[in-house]
Amino acid sequence: MTPGEAYREDFSRQTVSPDWLASLRGKGLAWFEALGFPTMKNEDWHFTSVSAIAERAFRAATQGERRPATIKLADLDRFTFGETSWHRLVFVDGIFSEDLSLYAGLAKGAKVSNLARAIASGVGRPERQLGKIAAFEQHAFTALNTAFIGDGAFIELPADAVVREPIHLMFVSTGRADTVTHPRNLIVAARHSRATVVESYVSLGDAPYLTNAVTEIHLGEGARIDHYKIQRESESAFHVGTAQARQARNSQFNSFLFAVGGALARTNIYTTLEGDSATCTLDGLYLANGTQHLDQQTSIEHVAPNCPSHEVYKGILGGRSHGVFNGKVYVHPEAQKTDGKQSNNNLLLSKTARVDTKPQLEIFADDVKCTHGATIGRLDDNAMFYLNSRGVGREKARMLLTYAFAADVLERIELEPLKRKLEEMVLARFADKTAG
Amino acid sequence: MLEINDLHAGIGDKQILKGISLRVNAGEVHAVMGPNGSGKSTLAQVLAGHPSYQVTKGTVTYNGEDLLSLDAEVRAQNGIFLAFQYPVEIPGVSNAYFLRSAFNEIRKARGQEEVDPLEFLDLVDEKLKLVDMDQAMLSRSVNHGFSGGEKKRNEIFQMAVLSPQLAILDETDSGLDIDALRIVAEGVNKLRTKENATIVVTHYQRLLNYIVPDFVHVLAGGRIVKSGGKELALELEAKGYDWIQTAGAAA
Repeated sequence: MTPGEAYREDFSRQTVSPDWLASLRGKGLAWFEALGFPTMKNEDWHFTSVSAIAERAFRAATQGERRPATIKLADLDRFTFGETSWHRLVFVDGIFSEDLSLYAGLAKGAKVSNLARAIASGVGRPERQLGKIAAFEQHAFTALNTAFIGDGAFIELPADAVVREPIHLMFVSTGRADTVTHPRNLIVAARHSRATVVESYVSLGDAPYLTNAVTEIHLGEGARIDHYKIQRESESAFHVGTAQARQARNSQFNSFLFAVGGALARTNIYTTLEGDSATCTLDGLYLANGTQHLDQQTSIEHVAPNCPSHEVYKGILGGRSHGVFNGKVYVHPEAQKTDGKQSNNNLLLSKTARVDTKPQLEIFADDVKCTHGATIGRLDDNAMFYLNSRGVGREKARMLLTYAFAADVLERIELEPLKRKLEEMVLARFADKTAG
Repeated sequence: MLEINDLHAGIGDKQILKGISLRVNAGEVHAVMGPNGSGKSTLAQVLAGHPSYQVTKGTVTYNGEDLLSLDAEVRAQNGIFLAFQYPVEIPGVSNAYFLRSAFNEIRKARGQEEVDPLEFLDLVDEKLKLVDMDQAMLSRSVNHGFSGGEKKRNEIFQMAVLSPQLAILDETDSGLDIDALRIVAEGVNKLRTKENATIVVTHYQRLLNYIVPDFVHVLAGGRIVKSGGKELALELEAKGYDWIQTAGAAA
């Protein structure tokens, strides 16, 4: 069976109710089939070949008789951030697990549930926003995800609701070979509401599988969402994920991407500043080793005036890995007084590692301040000798300097327990000699 | 403690040291003086194990061991310390973390137990006073945003914490005003014992008013052209280096 036939067959096995869902999925499949998997001729995929994904017939991880594997809470300990007070929604092989989740005592009126339940019960009417932000007419993977909308997190924050504790969405792949999940998350933050959402992708197995995730985020006037995506899939896995936000006036969207997993992984973080004085910060850190290929694309669309957007992405590449960063900033003619800052810095730890960085600024307004810069460098020999001369050996010195390179972007994380954990992960990531 | 014999070294094809011999015993302070380009800093870097320099001839023995066969970190673990002429900035690593790592790596190499961050803080507290710095500097990134004087004081602070057997001060006086110079020199003097030794590499005599050497060596063209007592430094100050270079060429 060809990959296309596999998707089509799994698509046809889905239930056909409610009508709106069947119709939305149908559009998703139609667009996916019309667009096809992107090739390197597509400028958004210029440095990344997805043929390893396109040529494989991934089957739905959970469908009909294929039920999610049974796992224990203890299996997930190593993927938490040591905070028991956080709300937690766990999805195993794409399906919500009530037993592993915990989300009591949210702010008044705030609703956290899973999409499958909301679809079945009609509560919260997710159809009002679902598919309205993530552009499936342009992105094949988003279209494919839309064709398989089934489960994921559904977070609704009414006006003025403030959820104090972070909400951790954990997507666990048990690692069944050649399976695919299409997590779909929807976050709707009404006027002046606020929440922190951590979206993490983890794996318990080693076989090749595909995660194809989409998260849509609506920010109402003055709302604030801090969004952390932690991509730590297995190193044989494939991951494509998009988080796409739309921001009303005075809203604030802070995104941090930490990408460390996957044989081939692509993350898109997109936002559109639609209302006056909306702000966003898009930060990220990608750490690749071995033969990993990690591609990051961001897009900030300045539609309204007076919006600051700040972006700091850093990459550390060891072994024969390949990193990609493409940061687009698009300033519409009406978006006067835009203040855009973007930087992308990369550290190559080996002679065989490679990075392609492509900042893209398109400005159609005349009264704006936009800067961008990209660098690619290696560890500083003088700093290395300085450490050696103090008794610190090469391996440890390399670890320290690598960590130091990442330190300032990690410093931008406000969520302390997460920051500490990520710092540890950075230190551990290049602790072995294979990076050199 | 240290015996340098007919040392030749350089970078790439460029020979810089052309036959240096020098013997340093415990308890001694040696000053190595010379004009720019004479090879003073190269000598300091070669002794500390900078990988960019190649030794082409000669030997260096440290405590009876072949120093040149050891990597820089092993030399440091064995008690050699270089105070850098241009201390390196490492944004993102705090002074505390940097120095505790160094301290513990050296202890580990000597089969001693590592110390935890709190023990370490206690330990460095008095050393900070030695160079007139306060605890706040410990949480700042290594040398990042430091003034020239602060960087040099940080070098001496590190030296105080690591308590080396052989300290090599490379142009520690350059860029210091007189107050900073005095603080740095007093720090060095307080660290002097009968068991350790210091090599002071400097262009100017003024540092030697504060750190009084037992021996002065003048380097020119990659060779020691004259050695003497502390009065040689004063003579150099009065007559300049031209005199010695002419004498060296004639010799």
